[in-house]
Amino acid sequence: MPTLTYRDALNQALREEMQRDTNVLLMGEEVGVYQGAYKVSRGLLEEFGPKRVVDTPIAELGFAGIGVGAAMGGLRPVVEFMTWNFALLALDQIVNSAAKMLYMSGGQIPVPIVFRGPSGAALQLGSQHSQAWESWLAHIPGLKVVAPATPADAKGLLKSAIRDNNPVIVLEGEMLYNLKGDVPDGEHIVPIGKAEIKREGSHVTLVCHSKTLPVAQKAADQLAEQNISAEVLDLRSLRPLDEAAILESVKKTNRAVVIEEGWPHVGVGAQVVDLIQRDAFDDLDAPVLRVTQADVPMPYNKFLERAAKPSPEKVVAAARRVLYLE
Amino acid sequence: MTATARSPKDTAAPQTDLHLKMLRQMLLIRRFEEKAAEAYALGKIGGFCHLYIGQEAVAVGALAALKDDDYVICSYREHGQALIKGIPPNAVMAELFGKATGCSKGKGGSMHLFDAKKGFMGGHGIVGGHIPLAAGLAFASKYNSTDRVTVCFFGEAAVNIGAFHETLNMASVWKLPVIFLCENNRYGMGTAFERVAAVTDVVEHACSYDMAAELVDGMNALTVYDAVRRAVERARKNSHPTLLEVRTYRFMGHSMSDPLHGVYRTKDEVEEQKARDPITHLAQRLKDEGVIDQAALDAMDAEIHAEIEAAVKFADESPDPDPDELYNDVLAD
Repeated sequence: MPTLTYRDALNQALREEMQRDTNVLLMGEEVGVYQGAYKVSRGLLEEFGPKRVVDTPIAELGFAGIGVGAAMGGLRPVVEFMTWNFALLALDQIVNSAAKMLYMSGGQIPVPIVFRGPSGAALQLGSQHSQAWESWLAHIPGLKVVAPATPADAKGLLKSAIRDNNPVIVLEGEMLYNLKGDVPDGEHIVPIGKAEIKREGSHVTLVCHSKTLPVAQKAADQLAEQNISAEVLDLRSLRPLDEAAILESVKKTNRAVVIEEGWPHVGVGAQVVDLIQRDAFDDLDAPVLRVTQADVPMPYNKFLERAAKPSPEKVVAAARRVLYLE
Repeated sequence: MTATARSPKDTAAPQTDLHLKMLRQMLLIRRFEEKAAEAYALGKIGGFCHLYIGQEAVAVGALAALKDDDYVICSYREHGQALIKGIPPNAVMAELFGKATGCSKGKGGSMHLFDAKKGFMGGHGIVGGHIPLAAGLAFASKYNSTDRVTVCFFGEAAVNIGAFHETLNMASVWKLPVIFLCENNRYGMGTAFERVAAVTDVVEHACSYDMAAELVDGMNALTVYDAVRRAVERARKNSHPTLLEVRTYRFMGHSMSDPLHGVYRTKDEVEEQKARDPITHLAQRLKDEGVIDQAALDAMDAEIHAEIEAAVKFADESPDPDPDELYNDVLAD
């Protein structure tokens, strides 16, 4: 199987879907001539031309809304945000237009659109460029939200997102774009709403997604050295959430730690914990713990930033606590 | 005059038909809105309900210049455009009543009327939020090489919103076949435009975006029709956008729960504007031209009354949505 970076896996998904369906187009800042702020769209302008690879001004609200209108008109736009931090300016269109058009039109007008771009912190970008918006976006009925952690999942989920007849949010990561992994050629589809066990284990479940997958994997390695067998469950989709996969894993391990890049208050982990306490209460041997970003705007200083982010050490400590080893 | 040129007399018949149609359409909106106000007062219609009384010439004149498959997209003051785009009064009234037979199955309400098959792409409730959607529809039409034109109706208050400026810029850069039709009724709810806008001639904003523009008398359906026809031609033939500022006046309060006048405008001002009533204006003109007499006008009015009464009856007797509908249409298959 070919090895690709996460960036090139996304590029492959875009290219294949644009070849497959002439209604698919890409629009956003720097996607064409500049080849993408993070080079996800490299080569697409040359292959598909300016009609289908559309450079926009820096006007997130406007071009997100134009994308939604184009989807109402029968196209399948992929709208790239240079980062999700800038997409806050477009939230009105994502929430008030894309997410509820089908419902408020009584089922008449679907909005098949993809909004994608990197989310969460990278390195020392400061507080306005280091935010994970999963919980905000996953809050909204009418949206689907995916957050792939591996190159294969990035390709498979983006292809599913483009083919979906609903607005789909694809949360990528600046720190993931260079990650390499095996990616199947051609028709590789990952269904939206399906989690995946990335590592089998029996003592504790580490629930993660996106950039917290490598954090959980490192934690699982460290725990293995302590003879603790951690299962790593990658949610991949946050809406819909694969509740069955979460419950099945917790019923096996009886303990869980939920990891996310977002802030703790009203986060994705809170939703996962709600599910577990309700539907796996009798299977639990310990309260479920969460590892999140510290409840502060992201600081610039690299030591403070590191202290704010979820880390393998924090996950190991939480896992040991749910195992009553601390 | 050459032999092939048509005399004014030859064109009189179709023009007369058009003018009569416009008069009837304006009356239809007026009577519909009056009944909606009654139904609102009776508690049959809930939530917000923004009436179009006074502004009828704008929707009627503009839509007369369109083809059936052109797109129309509006703000929340859209009962008039919905009716003229071809949604039957029954389906519009039923939607206002929240009934299953409404044009949005009772899930949209007064502010969210839709009929995708007729190219009526909604009623939208966030001021200015639908302006980019209009450009997006036009983008799709151009992408698919159709000659479909999109007309976007919005109030002057939306001009202070970022989405307006971002969209006009992109529509001009990308040469989209869209008409931005600003219905300047002078007041954003209770705030006079000149109190909150540095540039009070909306039409001037077109200069910033290198866009064709016209200032139009919105109390005259024929003037609106002519201006929109020119804009449609620009869009259909050359894929160029246009900004139209159509000066009109709302005879009612902002919504049914707001006062007609008081702190923000005087009763005298409203009365003065009512003297410019677009329906009276066109009716008088057609009477003067001998196209219609009072008896024919009364007959037209009576027929419309009956049609609207029937719509109210239909809405009233229609079922509420099935409780299972709550969870339908959240996601498409």
